[in-house]
Amino acid sequence: MAADVKAPPLRPFAEPPALVPGAMQASKPYVASAKMQEAIGFPGELTEGWEGRALDKMGELLGKYRSLRVYLDSCVHCGACTDKCHYFLGTGDPLNMPVARQDLMRSVYRRHFTLAGKLFPKLVGARDLTKDVLDQWYSYYNQCSECRRCSVFCPYGIDTAEITMAGKEIMDAAGLGQKYSNEIIGKVHRIGNNLGLPGPALADTLEGLEEDVKEETGVDVRFPLDQKGAEVLLVTPSADFFAEPHVDSLIGYAKVFHAAGVSWTLSSHASEAGNFGLFIGSYDQLRTIAMRIREAALELGVKRIVVGECGHAWRVAYSMWNTLAGIGAGGEDDFARKLQSQLDSRYKQPMHICEFTHDLIGRGALRLDREANDHRVVTFHDSCNVARASRMGDTPGGQFEIPRAIIRAVANHYVEMAPGTTHDATYCCGGGGGLLTDELLDLRVKGALPRMEALRQVADGRGVNFMATICAICKAQFTKVLPYYGFKMGMVGGVHQLVSTAIRLGEPR
Amino acid sequence: MTALYAVLLYAATAVLVAGVGYRVWLYARTPAPLKIPTTPAPVTRGGVALRMLREVTLFESLFRSNLWTWAFGWLFHAGLALVLLRHLRYFVEPVPAWLAFVQPFGMWAGVAMAAGLAGLWARRFLVPRVRYISTPSDHLMIALLVVIALSGLAMTFVAHADIVKVKAFILGLLWFDWQPLPGDVLVAVHLALVAVLMLIFPFSKLLHAPGVFFSPTRNQVDDPRERRHLAPWAARLDGDR
Ligand code: SF4
Ligand code: SF4
Repeated sequence: MAADVKAPPLRPFAEPPALVPGAMQASKPYVASAKMQEAIGFPGELTEGWEGRALDKMGELLGKYRSLRVYLDSCVHCGACTDKCHYFLGTGDPLNMPVARQDLMRSVYRRHFTLAGKLFPKLVGARDLTKDVLDQWYSYYNQCSECRRCSVFCPYGIDTAEITMAGKEIMDAAGLGQKYSNEIIGKVHRIGNNLGLPGPALADTLEGLEEDVKEETGVDVRFPLDQKGAEVLLVTPSADFFAEPHVDSLIGYAKVFHAAGVSWTLSSHASEAGNFGLFIGSYDQLRTIAMRIREAALELGVKRIVVGECGHAWRVAYSMWNTLAGIGAGGEDDFARKLQSQLDSRYKQPMHICEFTHDLIGRGALRLDREANDHRVVTFHDSCNVARASRMGDTPGGQFEIPRAIIRAVANHYVEMAPGTTHDATYCCGGGGGLLTDELLDLRVKGALPRMEALRQVADGRGVNFMATICAICKAQFTKVLPYYGFKMGMVGGVHQLVSTAIRLGEPR
Repeated sequence: MTALYAVLLYAATAVLVAGVGYRVWLYARTPAPLKIPTTPAPVTRGGVALRMLREVTLFESLFRSNLWTWAFGWLFHAGLALVLLRHLRYFVEPVPAWLAFVQPFGMWAGVAMAAGLAGLWARRFLVPRVRYISTPSDHLMIALLVVIALSGLAMTFVAHADIVKVKAFILGLLWFDWQPLPGDVLVAVHLALVAVLMLIFPFSKLLHAPGVFFSPTRNQVDDPRERRHLAPWAARLDGDR
């Protein structure tokens, strides 16, 4: 597969591509084995009666999610979203236009759940849920990174990600799961993190990091694990523990905690910020995975919960942890109060590591040497779910300002990419939503096209040689995809990687 | 003829009110279990009300998205709003001064409305992406609106209908004291198609009109860390632990 992966040519005028029907029909991720499916409570295979199971699930979801019901009814086929999806721009496949992706489900909804579709299926484009339709779903709901770019531009805010998530949940209920996501969810439950790194191995890794940092700086920066009574519980994507460039940001967080003199700890029980329950649209999985954080916080008795650099994880933490696991404020029930009374209410719970660092910078609590980053000309890639599904700080848009403010505080050369490709109009890296798997590499390379075009512009025009981002998936995806577009893979890194370079340790001021 | 139209219009009104009412009830009853506003989003209720107001009066998101679609779409909807206002005069007696004042604007609004529709329809043929997603019902819907608009405009600019009699007919329907429908083809076509439009409203994409107010990405406040947002079915899960 990887052999024939080629990057599409950059488009000089950013025109939408010509339609190439069926171009990506064959792109599908591996199917989850019966064992993986059953391990997380789904039917193992598409056995007899799957249609009924799927339609029952669809009916159930229509009653549980207002978004699904309203969005399936409300689209007027205005076409405003048709040129907004990076996968459409990169592939030209019309079924990657957000509205067409929705219509794959809308047609079934019409047929089975509306009067018009029951009476006049042809007229309103209604279809029975057949195996062919299901195959289309499997292809194209696994070509959406749930990045929400389309929802910004739709006059009714229709969020295709909501439809994709429902589609994946319905397929899981029918017995057709995606291997990459569902295998990882199994690992989180069994081992505690997405990478399947068991507690002792994690302890070793952290010890190794302490030695590395000591060698580099001469300072004893700790990477504590399961330390009861620590002030802060840091929950971070497990890629931070050993993947490149992720680990450099982890070192950055540790240096910040050290410099601020705040005691902190990681948890082996909750050694993963990512929550793949979101990707497959399963509330149950979202909740059980989020509960691990709550349990770890209660167990360790921490006062604050801080989340590392990760996009979808920050969305779940910021927007959903309070709902799912009572991690936040304002809860009036016993369940929520139990943790709330333990956490320090003077701080936002949970807090993003960027909020934490930004606050310290604002108070002058860190010694930063900007010149240390002078070999870098930095740009910032807004990660889709941070940008469009979360916030930082007190005012709307803090999720854009705070990371940029940190970068400016630690580096002298900063350049923005073209408007329309950043902030809430940012393009997804092409690897989110459970698509970061090798068999989808062709799709991932093509989906990265709009971001690569914007990067090419500032790389050639302004000498940018470092693209900072705050998402584990973005980092992994770009590392893999950048070479296809003629960039060096080391060009991508974390915001706290820059902080790590600039920060001066020693006695905190 | 009069009886037929009377029954048709009563039935259409009943279907419209009951159908949309049922849909709105469904939307209102279905919970939104998770916080999913498209951010940056307002952090207060008032801010959300403003966002929604901008969305439904100025079509803010569409403006950012596609200027042509925005221009035609806005022209059509603004025209439609004025035209509907103008038609109020058939339902009230005496006609208040402000309503008399909007009449001439309403006339030209009808033209704007038809122009907007023409633009939107043209896009369905000329833009390959929009052509790809257009279904027969999308075309029929525009066709229906175009004929309604043109028959209305024809009565305003070409062959004046006897609007005194039309008004008597409509007031008669309102007071259940039927008056004869003037025997005018344009009036008959116009009224019949409006009835069709009302009949299909609750079963079609016209539901976007109530739908937009229930869109969680637009109507939720961005305050998940400060307030615990919990749907009833999700709250029950807390109890299980
Ligand atoms: S959510 Fe993102 S990936 Fe999915 S259809 Fe919308 S723009 Fe495309
Ligand atoms: S922008 Fe919204 S209403 Fe228009 S086609 Fe796309 S999803 Fe449908």
